[in-house]
Amino acid sequence: MPLSTVYTVSQVNGYLKALLGDDAFLADVWLSGEISNFKQAASGHCYFTLKDAGGCIRAVMWRTQAGSIRLPHDGDAVVAHGYISIYEQQGNYQLYVDRLQQDGTGWLWQEFQRLKEQLEAEGLFAAERKRPLPALPRRLGLATSAGAAALRDVLRTLATRFPMVDVLLAPTPVQGDEAPRGIVAALAALNRWSESQEPLDAIILARGGGSLEELKAFNDERVARAIAASHVPVISGIGHETDFSIADFVADWRASTPTGAALAAVPDARDLAGRVGELRARAAAQVSRDVGSARGELEHLRSKLARLAPGPQLARDRQRIDGLGRRADLAMRHRLRVLRDHVQGQQRLLAGLDPSAVLARGYALVSTSGGAVVTSRAQVQPGDAIRVRVADGSFDADVRA
Amino acid sequence: MNEEAQPFEKIYRELEQSVQRLEEGDLPLAESLALFERCATLAEQCNALLDAAELHVRELTTRVDGSLAAQPFDSWQSE
Repeated sequence: MPLSTVYTVSQVNGYLKALLGDDAFLADVWLSGEISNFKQAASGHCYFTLKDAGGCIRAVMWRTQAGSIRLPHDGDAVVAHGYISIYEQQGNYQLYVDRLQQDGTGWLWQEFQRLKEQLEAEGLFAAERKRPLPALPRRLGLATSAGAAALRDVLRTLATRFPMVDVLLAPTPVQGDEAPRGIVAALAALNRWSESQEPLDAIILARGGGSLEELKAFNDERVARAIAASHVPVISGIGHETDFSIADFVADWRASTPTGAALAAVPDARDLAGRVGELRARAAAQVSRDVGSARGELEHLRSKLARLAPGPQLARDRQRIDGLGRRADLAMRHRLRVLRDHVQGQQRLLAGLDPSAVLARGYALVSTSGGAVVTSRAQVQPGDAIRVRVADGSFDADVRA
Repeated sequence: MNEEAQPFEKIYRELEQSVQRLEEGDLPLAESLALFERCATLAEQCNALLDAAELHVRELTTRVDGSLAAQPFDSWQSE
């Protein structure tokens, strides 16, 4: 038989409850922490856990208090007021909450701020680091949960918008404790594939909307560093429009949702079809112009040629030439007649001047022995021999005195 | 970083460049017509690619020996 007193469980619990109940501090305390495992029972009472980096406390808020506030979500940073007591039935202690409000300076938020400042100082968010996305991607990587809506959203958007792209899925949990490691492994596998098998143009990292707790993995330092280290550009499509995670800051391109990430990753095939149509129309228009101007030149040459051609002009010219010919003829004949008359005139003159005619009239032509015609007494001397020609012949003579 | 271009891209770029050359002008008519013919063919090929495509999705898995493999992934299409 032990010497100490043996107490019942209830007695011990009762002791603890009284002990806690007597403590002024525990009777009226304000705590800050992050909500986790929040549940509202059918009764209307709310059960949850408040936690921080070092531990957690179970909490309960009765229906009456819960009714007057907007209910929190897992991951919310809150400040709660109440008392701490023992719940004997379950042998644990709890915070009995009578006031609950959002806490903008909760530790989760502070942790987020701290990591953001640190990575920013390291240059991981720098604009110069961000790589451009290819205009016409051939192949995309996709890191997301295989069963989630985000996957379907991304794939449906790609199938509608630009089905020519090839997609490689690396499934990974995107919430819970295994998520950061899973995301890091997915990014690593896609990078390995890109380097050794088929190059990837970009990786989409996607996760649908959720609470801060649900999106926690994307504020994890390991995930941030894996995105920064990725050789393939990363497009983040995480949560809703207003959610900004550390992954968003490090990524090469931030889209506000998974669908947004798919839209950013590929061009719209309809736009491309439109541009193809435009290009073809431009080509047709240009050729049309070219043919038009070639035809114009041809016409110009043809009309020029027509103006230079013989045809009617020749007939007119021929007429003119005929006309000219006739006039020339007449002129010529007239001239000939004039010349003939002139010649005949000259011939008569000449005939008049013929020596035979003069000789016939009784004159004689005297010439010296040298042949020179004597026209003057001075040309001869008595005794010179001379020749005398008369109408019917000639004879020799000597000059007497 | 991407050695192997999207086949659509090659054809589309050639179409763009051909139209530019055509518009730069000073081509003899016979060459213009031949280039236009080429443009029309390229445009047809582009449209064929745009119309026929279906999204091709594969899942990356790790084999026992640590190497990577890609397998067809179709389950996303059924609701």
